[in-house]
Amino acid sequence: MKKGYKNWGPPLLLIAPTIVVLGIFVYGLIGANISVSLSNRSSLVPATEFVGFDNYFALFAEERFIHSLQNLGVFTVFFIGGTMIFGFLWAWMLDKGVTAEGVFRSVFLFPMAISFVASGVVWRWLLNSAEGDRASGLNRVFENLGLDFLQNAWWNEPGWGMAAIALPAIWQLAGYVMALFLSGFRGIPEELREAARMDGATEWKLYRYVIFPQLSPVALSALIIVGHMSLKVFDLIMAITKSIYQTEVPATYLWVALTSNDYAKSATIATILLLFVAVVIVPYLIYTARAEKRQR
Amino acid sequence: MSVDTGLDKKPGTSANSRSSGMPQQSSIRVRAGMTRTVKYVLLILFLVIVLMPVYVLIVTSLKPPQDVNPATSWGLPVRWPWEPALEGGPTGFDNWSLAWNALSASIGRTFLLAIPAALIASFLGAMNGFVLARWRFPYADVVFTFILFGMFIPYQAIMTPLVQMKTSLGLPSDVSTLLVVHVIYGLPICTLIFRNYYAGIPHELMEASRMDGAGMLRTFGSIVLPLSLPGFVVTIIWQFTSAWNDFLFALFLSNQNEGPVSLALNNLAQGAQLANYGAAMAGALLASLPTLVVYIVLGKYFIGGLMSGSVKS
Repeated sequence: MKKGYKNWGPPLLLIAPTIVVLGIFVYGLIGANISVSLSNRSSLVPATEFVGFDNYFALFAEERFIHSLQNLGVFTVFFIGGTMIFGFLWAWMLDKGVTAEGVFRSVFLFPMAISFVASGVVWRWLLNSAEGDRASGLNRVFENLGLDFLQNAWWNEPGWGMAAIALPAIWQLAGYVMALFLSGFRGIPEELREAARMDGATEWKLYRYVIFPQLSPVALSALIIVGHMSLKVFDLIMAITKSIYQTEVPATYLWVALTSNDYAKSATIATILLLFVAVVIVPYLIYTARAEKRQR
Repeated sequence: MSVDTGLDKKPGTSANSRSSGMPQQSSIRVRAGMTRTVKYVLLILFLVIVLMPVYVLIVTSLKPPQDVNPATSWGLPVRWPWEPALEGGPTGFDNWSLAWNALSASIGRTFLLAIPAALIASFLGAMNGFVLARWRFPYADVVFTFILFGMFIPYQAIMTPLVQMKTSLGLPSDVSTLLVVHVIYGLPICTLIFRNYYAGIPHELMEASRMDGAGMLRTFGSIVLPLSLPGFVVTIIWQFTSAWNDFLFALFLSNQNEGPVSLALNNLAQGAQLANYGAAMAGALLASLPTLVVYIVLGKYFIGGLMSGSVKS
């Protein structure tokens, strides 16, 4: 452990502005949000009364909110599954040495640089629900390939429509997961693989006992980052479908509530979202802080 | 296009050295050759799929509305923009001029938003990162986690009171309000990136300066800042990209006439009927150009920012 500077006044002074600003704009506003969610401020009229957890009970009794949670669930499963599978597959293929690896890597990653709004423009077209003669987008590809049975209404499909919204999200972030896994693969010392091979480990055992355990911290990071992004999904849905019932998730429902000045409802949805994210993130932050402490 | 993403193999770990098998195992070689072929076929297939939306964007943006037809929607333009249009109708270029007219003012505003937001948050992040990496004041780790949490919160969790705050303070619905917001919520990740960056600078360098009697501020200004360029490139790119691509804050806190390009683009795209998808696609390309250029030119640093999201560097 490094020896501390005796005088810790100046450093504290340097970061004090940040602590104050984040104290207000992160923690203060979260507190304000929770207090609005416990009030009956459902219109522009500022008169406010404390109503306890009434808004929460009301929300969970609403078919519409439950539907938005189900949508979020479907989206999250497909989004996480898709990014993890393709991210791992790409990293695995590229790690073994590929000519023009840089080209593949750059192409797989570039969608990350584009905004969800911009990619929403093209994906709205690709996921056009018209079929048969009027089909365009992906349905037209199926039509031309003679795979008509694959044509579907995409996000307009009841039940699984959110899986279609996950497609552009996977397109944008699978490359990111690839980059994480690739750095994980490249961090495994070659001696470790060699040693396992010397011991006569089969390729499968090499993966099972050497490579997968070495990759698990990276996989956890990827899972957490993609998972918490998924819970917040908003831009993409607004860009592809606007805020409509079929593709409603808590974040877009919040937008509807806030634009109709139902502050109590939007604050309640926001608190629930925050809790979801906190359940994922807080243990992760504590885990990394502890791991770092051990290293020191 | 090949971007230096900083993920290249370390020397001496080349996979090719592994596959130089022994000559007598020819069946293994045949199998290895087949796996290789399968791998390349798959990789190229994925490459085509990932690039497909870009093809659609470019091709559609070049098609005048009267040439848009579902049956040929994946094909190249029937008439290229430089060919004369039927009966003096619009050409593909008209999509682009329409998009440019709809977006140019907001693109200018977004530069005025994203560049200062990137610079200010980076500088503050550098100060914080330096303090947290080097000065072990009591509860430094707690302070760090306190700052970091702000990076992961769903911004919806603060949006309702933030909108109320903006209204009651009478702040304008333009990019100046967004600038403040992007600086504030950019602080956690900039702090994180610089903290990890400074942890990698030899401790002796700063010790020596301290021995010379330099105070903390002088050490920071004269020793640390000059070494910080790579850190700054990463945070500036990250902040620039996220401010440029932001839609959430823009939608809640600004309006179409004074807000950034994401709002203007969304407006252009949502207003578009199937007939002038071309203009929307041209707009999407225009709006993505700055971040794409940054990615292509400074790919390695771009990845640096991405990776820092996984906390441990």
